[in-house]
Amino acid sequence: MFKNKDNQAAKMPAASKKLSSFSRDKLLTEHIPMLTMLAPFLIFFFVFTIIPIFASIALSFTSYDMISPAKFVWIENYRRMIVEDTTFSVTVRNTLIFAIIAGPLGFLLSFVLAWFVNEFTPKVRAFLSFMFYAPSLVGNAYFIWKVAFSGDSYGYINSFLLSLGIITAPIVWLKTEGYLMTIVIIVQLWQSMGVSFLSNISGLQNVSRDMYEAGAIDGIRNRWQELRYITLPAMQPMLLFSAVMQIQSSFSASTLMIELAGYPSKGNAVDTIVSLMTDMATVRYELGYACAMSVVLFVMMVAARLLVGKILKIFEK
Amino acid sequence: MNRIKQYFEDKRGKKSAVKRYTRSKAGNFALVFFLVAGGLFSMLPLIYCVSTSFKPLDELLIFPPRFLVHRPTIGNYTILPDLMASLKVPLSRYVFNSVAITLFTTFVYILVALMAAYAISKGTFKGRNAIFWTVQFALMFNAYTLAVPQYLIFSKLGLIDTYWIYILPPMASTMGVFLGKQYIEGYVPDALLEAAKIDGANQFKVFWSIVMPTIKPIWLTLLLFTFRDIWAMVPSGKIFSEELKILPQVVTQITAGGTARAGSAMAVTVIMMIPPIIVFLVSQSSVAESMSSAGIKE
Repeated sequence: MFKNKDNQAAKMPAASKKLSSFSRDKLLTEHIPMLTMLAPFLIFFFVFTIIPIFASIALSFTSYDMISPAKFVWIENYRRMIVEDTTFSVTVRNTLIFAIIAGPLGFLLSFVLAWFVNEFTPKVRAFLSFMFYAPSLVGNAYFIWKVAFSGDSYGYINSFLLSLGIITAPIVWLKTEGYLMTIVIIVQLWQSMGVSFLSNISGLQNVSRDMYEAGAIDGIRNRWQELRYITLPAMQPMLLFSAVMQIQSSFSASTLMIELAGYPSKGNAVDTIVSLMTDMATVRYELGYACAMSVVLFVMMVAARLLVGKILKIFEK
Repeated sequence: MNRIKQYFEDKRGKKSAVKRYTRSKAGNFALVFFLVAGGLFSMLPLIYCVSTSFKPLDELLIFPPRFLVHRPTIGNYTILPDLMASLKVPLSRYVFNSVAITLFTTFVYILVALMAAYAISKGTFKGRNAIFWTVQFALMFNAYTLAVPQYLIFSKLGLIDTYWIYILPPMASTMGVFLGKQYIEGYVPDALLEAAKIDGANQFKVFWSIVMPTIKPIWLTLLLFTFRDIWAMVPSGKIFSEELKILPQVVTQITAGGTARAGSAMAVTVIMMIPPIIVFLVSQSSVAESMSSAGIKE
């Protein structure tokens, strides 16, 4: 069937051949099947994600407590956020510090570990990646850190430091402003070997072996050159995915902080935008204001995404 | 399908000629040591959970808490049937709901997401770039404030208190589409697709019998993310009928029993972790076979 069409097309003059292959053949054999495959996702995506996003943006211009109808207040929420709400500016600062440190570190760690783990045989690799993925499987694994950083002399870290004589009195880790940010960043890195780590491993699986061979012929001398000139460019799509996932998880972190340090944390040291947003929506029922915050957070994340896209381009070739 | 076969044969043939640089023995040892140490550190919560599930009551209440169990008992597990006996609906119903919903939703989602990913990455229709950016940006909108509009949509569509509440909303998840798109774009060469098309395969066939085997590592990975999330899903406020509930909701009922039930709660947590762990180990150890077994069935 296809061959017949090709023959017919070959007999036609060049211009009409181009036209017909564009309008009919392409539509029937390519566009329509492709759109059919795209359609199921697109419908669900539109109904359950896009409409709620627009609803949420619309709500950000209202005062809405989920009981009485929403009242349109123009940009009052945004004005209040920027001009009046001092807690908000603190949470913006905390979120940025956390994201700028934990995001790139988590990104690097998930790639380096995947790169190491990938060299083992399948069974060993499955077991090693299982070990690193374990915190994600257990779910809320913070309790272990609560015991570790416990403020009395029985907390694992305090008792360890006391027995070594490094400190003489237990430190109240989770109630001391100076330690909190460091602690949450460490815990975030520890639990971040999830989605990006595993997708990096599957990406490394498909870096074609011909490439390494070709590289060896072209004069690649050591593993670092191999990494820089073959693996990294070939891993580009997975690295972008992993970077976006890191942006998403580091900018919207809050459960971790609330579990470890409580809300509000001591001196608001680790209160993030999402912590404040959650508080607004569930405790104070100010949904319009919470939506405005999520819009601002969204803008920050989009900016980070565009910046990261520029940075990753460096490794393309 | 000769051309496609040829393509994979070329790939396999070249594999033997690969020359890679290797690390020194000391370097290898250091690497393994570092990985195992880091891995054990990551395993701590899992070890704690398993260990705690075997603790007798007095060890659960002891202060300061001990990390490992001293006098292990299986009492926390053997009491579970009694605890389950007081459930309003037989346990088998919850198990059936959980297993059926998780398997069905995971399977359908992988298909839906990867079909969309294929269309976005290899299609030539207009607007696919716009769709891709929308997917990426939607991933960044905080899910928290979306909950209220989503709830309104669920209730308008009559999904509240039906099985659909477990199945349909996950279909809108953007992560799988983004992941699949990146993977197909990076690792499914156009030459392979062209070869298949010249051999007369239509787009659906190309997707099912050429793209899917080639991207096996990614759907295995997506499988375990989706399985884990749906297995642990708690649709709070959206399911009221007892016979429609799934296992995580039963677990919540047992955990609510207070300190005296802490051991049993941990035992249930451990049992609930087993299926995702099995899925993880099976899928990750078969990821490796992808390239070599991605031959095409005729």
